Amino acid sequence: MSHPIIEVRGLSKQYHIGMKERLNRTFREAVVDALTAPVRNFRELRRLTRIEEERGDTIWALRDVAFEVQPGEVMGIIGRNGAGKSTLLKILSRITEPSSGDILLHGRVASLLEVGTGFHPELTGRENIYLNGTILGMRKHEIDRKFDEIVAFSEIEKFLDTPVKRYSSGMYVRLAFAVASHLEPEILLVDEVLAVGDAEFQKKCLGKMGDVAREGRTVIFVSHNMAAIENLCTRGMVLHQGCVDFLGSQQEAITRYLSINNASSLLLKDRTDKIGNGKIRVTQIEVRDAEGNRIDSCTSGQNISIRLYYQTMENAQFSHVLASISFKTQLGVPVFLHHNRLTREDFGPVQGVGCFTCTISRLPLPAGVYTIGYSIMPDNGRSGTYYDSLPYAMTLTVVEGDFYGTSEIPPLSHGVCLVEASWENEL
Amino acid sequence: MGRQDPAPLKTTIHIRPQKGLQLIDVRELRQYRDLLYFLVARDIKVKYKQTVLGGLWAVIQPFCMMVVFTLFFGRLARIPSDGVPYPIFNYTALIAWTYFAQAVSQSGNSIVGSGNLITKVYFPRLIIPLTPVIAGLLDFAIAFAVLVGMMAYFRIYPTAMAVTLPLLTLLMMLTAGGAGMLLAALNAKYRDIRYTIPFLMQFWMFATPIVYPASLVPERYRMIYALNPMTGVIEGFRAALLGTVPFPTDMVLLSLGVSLAMFLTGLTYFKQVERHFADVI
Repeated sequence: MSHPIIEVRGLSKQYHIGMKERLNRTFREAVVDALTAPVRNFRELRRLTRIEEERGDTIWALRDVAFEVQPGEVMGIIGRNGAGKSTLLKILSRITEPSSGDILLHGRVASLLEVGTGFHPELTGRENIYLNGTILGMRKHEIDRKFDEIVAFSEIEKFLDTPVKRYSSGMYVRLAFAVASHLEPEILLVDEVLAVGDAEFQKKCLGKMGDVAREGRTVIFVSHNMAAIENLCTRGMVLHQGCVDFLGSQQEAITRYLSINNASSLLLKDRTDKIGNGKIRVTQIEVRDAEGNRIDSCTSGQNISIRLYYQTMENAQFSHVLASISFKTQLGVPVFLHHNRLTREDFGPVQGVGCFTCTISRLPLPAGVYTIGYSIMPDNGRSGTYYDSLPYAMTLTVVEGDFYGTSEIPPLSHGVCLVEASWENEL
Repeated sequence: MGRQDPAPLKTTIHIRPQKGLQLIDVRELRQYRDLLYFLVARDIKVKYKQTVLGGLWAVIQPFCMMVVFTLFFGRLARIPSDGVPYPIFNYTALIAWTYFAQAVSQSGNSIVGSGNLITKVYFPRLIIPLTPVIAGLLDFAIAFAVLVGMMAYFRIYPTAMAVTLPLLTLLMMLTAGGAGMLLAALNAKYRDIRYTIPFLMQFWMFATPIVYPASLVPERYRMIYALNPMTGVIEGFRAALLGTVPFPTDMVLLSLGVSLAMFLTGLTYFKQVERHFADVI
């Protein structure tokens, strides 16, 4: 084993959370408050950069994080918003200082926390290439040497001497990424920059990232795009509430990430928006992965099952029960509905407690947040009588997964479902 | 690293909480000198974009002030002007002052104004407040060219001490840089500074011999008065260019000392607090 290129030990970062506002009840209080405000404000501002443990208004953005990265590894970091991913990247890129711990980086570092940092709208494309390049740590002669390559990659030759404020957003992003991707550091830190531009350009960026990795550079890559993590990274790390929750292969990290995302949802029996006579009640709704772990997010193309735990009233018996689940997008557009009659499965007699399970193989949904609703009704050919129904029972976050095995799927904005199809060119 | 580049030393960056006095990393500043160049170029190119008068603004500001001051202080208040016409007496001071006031206020607001850079990418933060100090020199040069024209018009010839002009310019930059760094660093955390700068520059202007000559200040207070480094700069400019008074060597040397002290104070304070910039902006 060679010597690690990045060593992180005992890394913590503490932040002050916002200053509390005070409410005044009387005019006199308000006046006194206004007069004493400068003293109070000064104390508060001074404390911004000093951490006092006992005050209790601080949060740990990162707590005792330790890991090592070997030269040439591409480490993917995943975690929910607020898990500390961005803070970790900011510390590694020396933008902000850790509260404790230390890091050794053996090599030249470049960080891409956004594309186009420092672009000035009034300057031309040419001028911005130099400005942005030097901001990212390149020397002028390096940019001179790579200038033609950068321009070719960005595909904006004709507009090189046009101020970038006249660029379309696509051109702007292409130029910005072109500059950034011609950095040649030993260690590259990347945050979500691929989430911009059109699909074709995203592919180009992913390709470029892949090249960077193959050249043997060390990359730390933060993303919510599981397909990109799966394809580009060689290792994965899950951050959860500022701590390292998992460190291992990227596939395992993705699975781990999806399973810890399982936030406990409101208990169904406490819901007041249910419809139906309550003869059969759903007590709990769960989504599980193929291994039977509870999840509340999954990837496109994953095999999942949705479980409706039920309880009948006073041990009554019901024959021919129809159980259905429905998926809607966040905007309420119905995506699909499924029930047991569609597959000719007859549920009955139903008595006591049990669980209706709907298994979906290769979930054909693009990344997005979906709501799942259910209804339980008698299967007697008449609609309108429900035992229990809840149109919005829970949410399921679908994160981008490699549905087609090509690391490319159309976004939700292009269509609400993924279809398996093939193409050929018949002559 | 390209093959043509001289192989850099194997760099190891050690990140940990900083304690104690922070020193300037000269090697790193050298590594980023091209950035300073392009930021200065940006400031200069962008400054008069989409204006009708463009670079003329560099002249209009001190020139209009000169007209107003000449009317009120020269004509009405009859303030003496060391034996040269009041307009040129005043304009000589105003071009240095305009440079100084703009450099300090831009530099003082620079860190807060560059929040988008500071929170997204690492580079030596010192470059930010120093950029306006350098970029302002172009306006100064344009306004100075007009001064040369005025000198020709009034038939005033520079003295031999005009050789000190580069030194005086440097002194002016040093003072602006010191004040700028200090204000920029304070401003990052205490946004009151933004509202303080305009007042400060007003007070400072009247504490500097711009509308009046330093000779108006009683002799025994003169050295206390010269603790303001801009006093030495402006009296120096007048003595060297207009020959109003013998070159005030003692004043300039005192100003140089104070200005160096200011620069070091500003630099030291800036280095101490720069690590918090990204957290407080």
